[in-house]
Amino acid sequence: MSKRRSDWESRPQARVRRWFYKGFLALDDEIAEKISSPPPPRFDYEEALEAQQAAIDSRQHERSIAIERLDQHNLLVWMRTRGRKAISRLYVALALVLGLMMMVFLLETVALMPRFGDPATPGANEVSARYIEKGLDETGAVNIVAGMILDYRAFDTLGESTVLFIAASAVLILLRIDHDKEGNPAQELIAAESDDRHYEPRDDRILQGSAMVLTPIILLYGIYIILNGHLSPGGGFSGGAIVSAGLILYLVAFGFEKAGRFFTTKTFTWVSFFSLSFYALAKAYAFYMGANGLPSGIPLGTPGAILSSGLIMPLNIAVGMVVACTMYVFYALFRKGGL
Amino acid sequence: MNFVHIALLGMLIICSLAVALTRNLLTSLIVYMAYSLIMAVIWMFLESPDLAITEAAVGAGITSVLFFVTLKKIHAIKGDSEHEQAQK
Repeated sequence: MSKRRSDWESRPQARVRRWFYKGFLALDDEIAEKISSPPPPRFDYEEALEAQQAAIDSRQHERSIAIERLDQHNLLVWMRTRGRKAISRLYVALALVLGLMMMVFLLETVALMPRFGDPATPGANEVSARYIEKGLDETGAVNIVAGMILDYRAFDTLGESTVLFIAASAVLILLRIDHDKEGNPAQELIAAESDDRHYEPRDDRILQGSAMVLTPIILLYGIYIILNGHLSPGGGFSGGAIVSAGLILYLVAFGFEKAGRFFTTKTFTWVSFFSLSFYALAKAYAFYMGANGLPSGIPLGTPGAILSSGLIMPLNIAVGMVVACTMYVFYALFRKGGL
Repeated sequence: MNFVHIALLGMLIICSLAVALTRNLLTSLIVYMAYSLIMAVIWMFLESPDLAITEAAVGAGITSVLFFVTLKKIHAIKGDSEHEQAQK
């Protein structure tokens, strides 16, 4: 508008007109401007009040935030200085009280227990007498403990193995890092693998050398303990733990690539599945036949021979395999979240 | 109750106190392994070799290994990691 007007004004014709009509035109302009410009806005009291209120509110809000921050800061300072001292003192006092209470209770309990090896203990009743007297004839196991846990009380041992298997499955569910849908390794798996070797060198000569010597010995010892479970101390559980210790040593020394050649998740699943099923089926057969007074058809052999005492040796092998696999998988899951 | 028994039991008490009182988690873990080992010997003296084998294999072996891995996971083992980071 103003530009157009200035163009128009700058023309000579207009200059003449202005010179001629001087006064009128100025007045006209003034009037036209007054008419064309919008009326001044009415002063809105409510709006002004609201704005003022909002300003007051925001100021109060800021103030309350500042007070809160100050409180938090004070609390933090208190927690770092005197509060920490007070809380740690409280902890120490509580720990002392609890520890003393536990000590008193346990000492009291121990004082009430019968003496070690006392023939009058409640445990020395007809059950243990029967185990000791007839155990060798009925189970064929020289190691009376193996005869007890794998023949008389085999059902308990089945429960123990199953508990271990369920625990391993739960740890598998919780800690396993799976591949994503396209089959690529997940981001967490890459992070875990890079984190895995944070403290350890990749190919440690000393570790590998000692593992080369020790792993076969440990594995052989574990297998020996499993196979001789019915003849000498030991059995499936302890032998399996030793075997798994050997496997873990191998894994630590040589890494997941080499250990993955003979032990994968599939191995774990199938070995556990077959061992537990074999255990359950074998014991179901033995219980069924024994409960009905039928001959089970399993030879007991001569006591002391390696192939003797019926089902105890196969059961020991099954338990040992489950335990070894489970412990190894525990280790692998704890360390990397997968095999 | 001969001298060996008393010495073993005393070591057991010392170990259990040390596990609770040491600040370094790695140290207390190693002391815990020693506790399990002494316990295995005591099981032998109590004429239960089965338990002794299991205690040595599980208590001193597997449990400690799992603890070690957990300590590594939560970065509680302060080895020469700073040295390694300096190299990087």
